[in-house]
Formats: sequence, C-alpha cells, structure tokens
Amino acid sequence: MADKLLLEIVTPVSKVLSEEVDMVVAPGEMGEFGVLHNHIPFLSKLKVGELRFKVGNSTRYVAIMGGYAEVLPDKVTILATAAEEATDIDVIRAQAAKERAERRLREAKDRVEFARAQAALQRAIARLRVAEKRG
Amino acid sequence: MATLRDIKRKIDAVKKTSQITKAMNMVAAAKLRGAQENMERFQVYAEKFREVIGRLAAGVEQDGTFELMTPREEVKKIELVLLTADRGLCGSFNNNLIITAERFIEQKRSEGVEVSLTAAGRKGRDYFKRRRYAVRQELTGLLNKPNYDDAFQLGRQLIELFLDGDADEVYVIYSHFRSMIRQEPTVLRLLPIVPEGQDELEGGREYIFEPSHQELLNDLLPNYVYNQMLDCFYLTAVSEHAARMTAMENATNNCKDLVRDLTLTYNKARQAAITKELMDIVGGAEALKK
Repeated sequence: MADKLLLEIVTPVSKVLSEEVDMVVAPGEMGEFGVLHNHIPFLSKLKVGELRFKVGNSTRYVAIMGGYAEVLPDKVTILATAAEEATDIDVIRAQAAKERAERRLREAKDRVEFARAQAALQRAIARLRVAEKRG
Repeated sequence: MATLRDIKRKIDAVKKTSQITKAMNMVAAAKLRGAQENMERFQVYAEKFREVIGRLAAGVEQDGTFELMTPREEVKKIELVLLTADRGLCGSFNNNLIITAERFIEQKRSEGVEVSLTAAGRKGRDYFKRRRYAVRQELTGLLNKPNYDDAFQLGRQLIELFLDGDADEVYVIYSHFRSMIRQEPTVLRLLPIVPEGQDELEGGREYIFEPSHQELLNDLLPNYVYNQMLDCFYLTAVSEHAARMTAMENATNNCKDLVRDLTLTYNKARQAAITKELMDIVGGAEALKK
C-alpha cells in the first residue's frame, strides 16, 4: 500500500480531525484538488464546500466552511473557519439554517445583507450536501 | 475590651465572608477550567495559522505592497486597546493592566505621539474615564465568552483605523497567562504586522500558491489580526479567572486566620468573665462568714 499522509483539520474552537489517510480531496478556491503522498508543498485558500478523504476503501466527508489548506509531502493541514464531519452534522438544524438563509436572501435590503445571506445559504447547502453522504 | 457578644458577632460575620469567598473561589476555578480548555483548543489553530503566515511572509519586500505589514515612517497617532476585566475582586489583576497602560500612554505622549484609547473591559474604562482621558471607544462583556465574532468586529475596526490613517500603529495591552500565580500585563503591537518565524522557508521548499502569493497574503493578514485579537481575549480571560481564584483563596485563608484569632480572644474573654464571677462569689461568701 502506498504511503499515508497525515490529515489535520483544526478550527478556532476545536481540533476536528487528525488521522492517517490515503488521499484528500479539498475544495480549493480555484477548483477542487486532490492530494496524495509526496505532493509538492502547496498553499491554497479553501471555499465553502466538501472535503473528502480516503482511508483504505472507505471515503469520509467533511463540510468545510472556508479556510486555508497547507500541503506538505506527508501532511495536510486544514485551517477551517468551521468544519463538521458528515456523521456529526445535525440535518434538522442545517435545514432550518438553509430556510432562514433563503428567507433573508429574499428580504435583503442592501448588498451587505445580501452577501451575508448568500454566504449563510452556501454554508447550509454545503452542510446538507455533505450530510447526505454519510454512510 | 469588646464584650463577649461583640466578639461572637464578629466571628459569625467573618465566617460568612469566608463562605462567600470560598464559593467565589470555586466558581472562578470552574470558569478557569472551561476558559483554559477553550484557549488551548484555539491555540492549536492559532499556532498553525502563525506558521502558515510566517512562511508566506518570509522574504516579502517592505515596499508597501502589503499595507498591513508596512511600518509608517512617522508615527503621530496610535490606538491603544486596553483589555481589563469587567469585575473586580481579583487581586491586583486590573490594576496591573491599568498601570501598564498608563505608563505606556505617558511614555508615548512624552515622545509627542497622540494616543487614543479603546477600553475593552469595565474596570479599565471606569479608571480612565474618571481621569478624563479621551476614551474613543468602550466595550464590555468581551471576556465572558471570548468568541470569534467579537474579535472580528474589533479587529476589523482597528484595521480600518489603521488604513484610514487615523492610527499609525495599533497596540493591545492584555494579560499574558504564564501560570496560575503569574499573569503578566503585556504590550503587543497589533499593527503593522510583524509575523514571527520568518526563516521557515529555508531548505529550498518551494511552495505553490493558489490563488497567487499576494492574494493569499492579503487575505490572510486581516485574519491574522482577528486571531491575535482573539488570542488576547482568551489569555486575558484565563488570567482573570486565575487571578480571582488566587485572590479568593487568599481571602478565605485570611478569614480562617481571623476566625482563629477572634476565637482565642473570645475564649480568653469568657475565661476572664468566669474568673471574675467566681471571685465575686468567693468574695461574697468570705464577707458573709465574718
């Protein structure tokens, strides 16, 4: 089996994950990118979306609320604003957040409000999409 | 000499006080544990962030491309953020911070620099308001539950001040938590930013950046300020609880000493009263015999 890499996901309030994995696919700002062992050092901004990683034959999913990724040959560090593994996502809450965001989007009066609602909606959608993929 | 009843009352009062201080000690201990856990979790993140930004900032020319990292040639106005607790009863904690701030302001003023003050925390605010300092802004309740939103709000404001030229430098005075018995008032320069550990890039490690190096750094720098801010919040909050815990423990111990002394005085007085009564009785009996 190929060499593993260490995936670490940290947020300001917790260390979400620290595990040896085979492959990581992260939502880079300029498009999704995959990382295997011995990747060239790489630093990227992340957008709101889904990060997945493979350990053996299973794939797991994490919802990432934007942040940064630093890739070293044997290590991937994700500095996320917030992150939740698929199995930890509260679907009902995420659904409620989505509806709230949609309502705010409709009622937004200026550009700032609109942008905020849009960002909230994106986060809610990302969470729901990831939650669907729990095994 | 005080009467027996007075001493008794005093003992009861001191005992009650010690119950209160003991309770406050335990509350502070519980809060300290929570705050410390939060702080440690955040510091994992903050540490990584510092590493990344250190690497990014390594070798950046000081040519003004990154305004947040460019020192001003002439510093005329500075903004000082003073973090203090909202409440007292924590020993010299607030005082130490205030004294540090006062010295800092005096020193800067003697150099002809204008200092404007953001007082975050009720104690610092009250002190400087009483002395008619110009307090540009006051904030309270930040340390109850240090959170990213507050750090973000304040950080963004400070960055705006800096970029608009209303402040040439921004400083924060906060309490650095070294240990349970040592909390140090610390002056930190928040802006312009001087990232730590700039030599990390040696060994020919070439990074790919996405988006470009410049965009990434521009994006990261404000976030770095927010993180620093939040770090200060956490450290000060933990310091406050630790200081209060120690202060309340001392108070409880002092109460115990007082109760012991008072009990001794009480017993002595009681003995004296009994002896006196006995003497009276014996004296009376002797007188009757004759």
